[in-house]
Amino acid sequence: MRQRLIAVLVATGLVAGGVAGCGAGDAAGGKVQLSIATFGEFGYENLLKEYQAEHPNVVVTQHKVGQAAPHHQELFTKLAAGSGLDDIEAVEEGYLAQVLTKADKFNDLSKIGPADAGPDRWLPWKYEAGKSKDGKLVGYGTDIGPLAMCYRKDLLQQAGLPSDPDGVKALFASWPSYFAAGKTYAQKTGQAWFDTSTQIFNAMHNQHDVGYYDRNNTLVVATNPDIKADWDTVTQAIADKESAKLVSFSNEWQAGFKTGAFATTVCPAWMLGVVEQNAGPDNKGKWAVTDAFPNGGGNWGGSYLTVPLQSKHPKEAAELAAWLTAPQQQIKAFVAKGPFPSQVQALQSPELLNQTNAYFGGAKTGALYAEQAKKVAKAQYKGPQDGQIQENVFAPALQAVEQGKSAADGWQQAVAGAQKAAK
Amino acid sequence: MTLTQLPVRRPPSAPAVARRARWARVDLKVSPYLYVAPFFVLFAVVGLFPLLYTGYVSLFDWQLGDDTAKFLGAGNYAELLQDPQFWNALVNTVSIFLLSSVPQVIVAVGVAALLNTNLRLRTGFRMGVLVPYVASLVAVGIIFGNLFGVNYGLVNSVLDLVGIGRIDWQADRFASHIAIATMVNWRWTGYNALIVLAAMQAIPPELHEAAMIDGANAWRRFRSVTLPLLRPTITFVVITSTIGGLQIFTEPKLFSAMPGSNTGGSTNQFQTVTLYLYQSAFENLRLGYASAIAWMLFLVIVLAAVGNYFLTRRLSR
Repeated sequence: MRQRLIAVLVATGLVAGGVAGCGAGDAAGGKVQLSIATFGEFGYENLLKEYQAEHPNVVVTQHKVGQAAPHHQELFTKLAAGSGLDDIEAVEEGYLAQVLTKADKFNDLSKIGPADAGPDRWLPWKYEAGKSKDGKLVGYGTDIGPLAMCYRKDLLQQAGLPSDPDGVKALFASWPSYFAAGKTYAQKTGQAWFDTSTQIFNAMHNQHDVGYYDRNNTLVVATNPDIKADWDTVTQAIADKESAKLVSFSNEWQAGFKTGAFATTVCPAWMLGVVEQNAGPDNKGKWAVTDAFPNGGGNWGGSYLTVPLQSKHPKEAAELAAWLTAPQQQIKAFVAKGPFPSQVQALQSPELLNQTNAYFGGAKTGALYAEQAKKVAKAQYKGPQDGQIQENVFAPALQAVEQGKSAADGWQQAVAGAQKAAK
Repeated sequence: MTLTQLPVRRPPSAPAVARRARWARVDLKVSPYLYVAPFFVLFAVVGLFPLLYTGYVSLFDWQLGDDTAKFLGAGNYAELLQDPQFWNALVNTVSIFLLSSVPQVIVAVGVAALLNTNLRLRTGFRMGVLVPYVASLVAVGIIFGNLFGVNYGLVNSVLDLVGIGRIDWQADRFASHIAIATMVNWRWTGYNALIVLAAMQAIPPELHEAAMIDGANAWRRFRSVTLPLLRPTITFVVITSTIGGLQIFTEPKLFSAMPGSNTGGSTNQFQTVTLYLYQSAFENLRLGYASAIAWMLFLVIVLAAVGNYFLTRRLSR
């Protein structure tokens, strides 16, 4: 997941400056020096100026890294070294589980943070996911990636499938109906229905209460019936020629958007820009986005702000983190750079609700994703190596099946790989 | 000491002479070590210490950021020897190494022979073969990854056009090795050709003239005069490409459909030993196990070097 997000950040050209040096955490000249480390674009530049204007005794330094992977690698290394971290460290959803296993090296924000940053500020599932197993609040939620479905209106029409907003709702009502429509589409056109089985599998997987791990951090890949059921469904879809077999975020995948190699793709909020960039101006108006997502909603991506124990001013840092993740500020960040806010009030703001997307036929995408965000029932518990298992075990195993390996052998590979990764 | 004494240099007193002699002895004995010390200190810090420390870490179950590493003894090595992924990676490495080194050396000798003839724009051609070597490795990796793309790649389009049919460069184990070896060959053949060319030009022309008088044609002269005299150079080229080949990392990492992935394809079909080492250390966070892999790789390279040594001795006899 994280590698995908990195690729997205690269693809959308949001990548900014290089790694900045280490932060100074000492109070100089009576002022409190705070530092914050982020990756990609959080949209905080102007907000930090605003904060310093309101708090003359605070000086904030922001360290921006272009990509998520080096940011988190640095985070874990400095966490292990015991020094060098900023007062506030951003953490992406894909790395959160790993951070939560080291919760003893972070401050409990529910204890040191201001009172107004309570649970009711965020969508419940977003807030819950930022807590460690023993109930410590490690991160304040920043943004989210609620799921919707993107589809090619023209291709569906050519295949004789309904393509109007109401018509597709029936197609995308559930996973069985989605795959049934795909089978029809593939048979009629000889073309693929979706881009890659890994995207579909991940979306299905994240809708379950229990994923690769149970809450005791025991690996349940081999015994969780939901995972096997998803595996069987998705590999059956591959056998039915529904997959374009393109590795997500690869060059071939990007080319597939241009040539119309597939008719549907899973669309988290941040994906719209990626679709637009990959499909190009020639395909403008052909893509549409619908709030009908099989089995309700889901989430893919989004970040948190944490305050490590290494911080010399944890209280002030928590205060800044709480201020940045307040609805008013996240709306400003959304307007500046586009991260979709995770705060209940921000989801009701007119700036967000009135947002439209010209590439997707003027769809009211702000309101659509705000609705999708509310459909997410509950965050799945993520174990320590969850991201690795998704990214480097299940994704390659599904890819192997797409390349001709039998579904049963692929399953063996996935289970053995997960056990190895969790060791 | 009197005031009338002129400020001329006094003959040194006996103790001073002894002191100076002592200094000279110290200078003689110690200074050379001081002069060579920078290399040894640097080597100890960045070469020897990491090497030994890796050996130490490899004896533990050591997670990144773990404060309580558990001592395993040879546990990591025992596990490694039974790890099919490791053997798979080793076979991949050797396969890619053979596919790249063997054709590379043969073609390099051929190119060098051509460059050694009376060409127009000789310097231009000689510089030209070096151009791939100057290209950034990452750029090369990404461009070749695109060329060998399964659905939209240029190579497959051409193969399709001439009727051979598409090859799944990603999924097929052997095909992926060929694709990666192509990348290595493209980059290194010219470089090796220049080294061979230099050796070729060092061959005294009299030997060729004598052979010509004896009635040897061009091919015969190449086989019986040029090649035998090139042996030490070819051995050098083989050894350097062995070392490079056994450590191959960037090419398979970038060749992956998702560039930068450490899995080396969906079923590790082109994961090399160094790639597996990196995956163990920085994805699975098992530093102890990764260190064990590093030492095993070290052992393999030592074995290859010893093998090369004996091969060289036999060849040069």
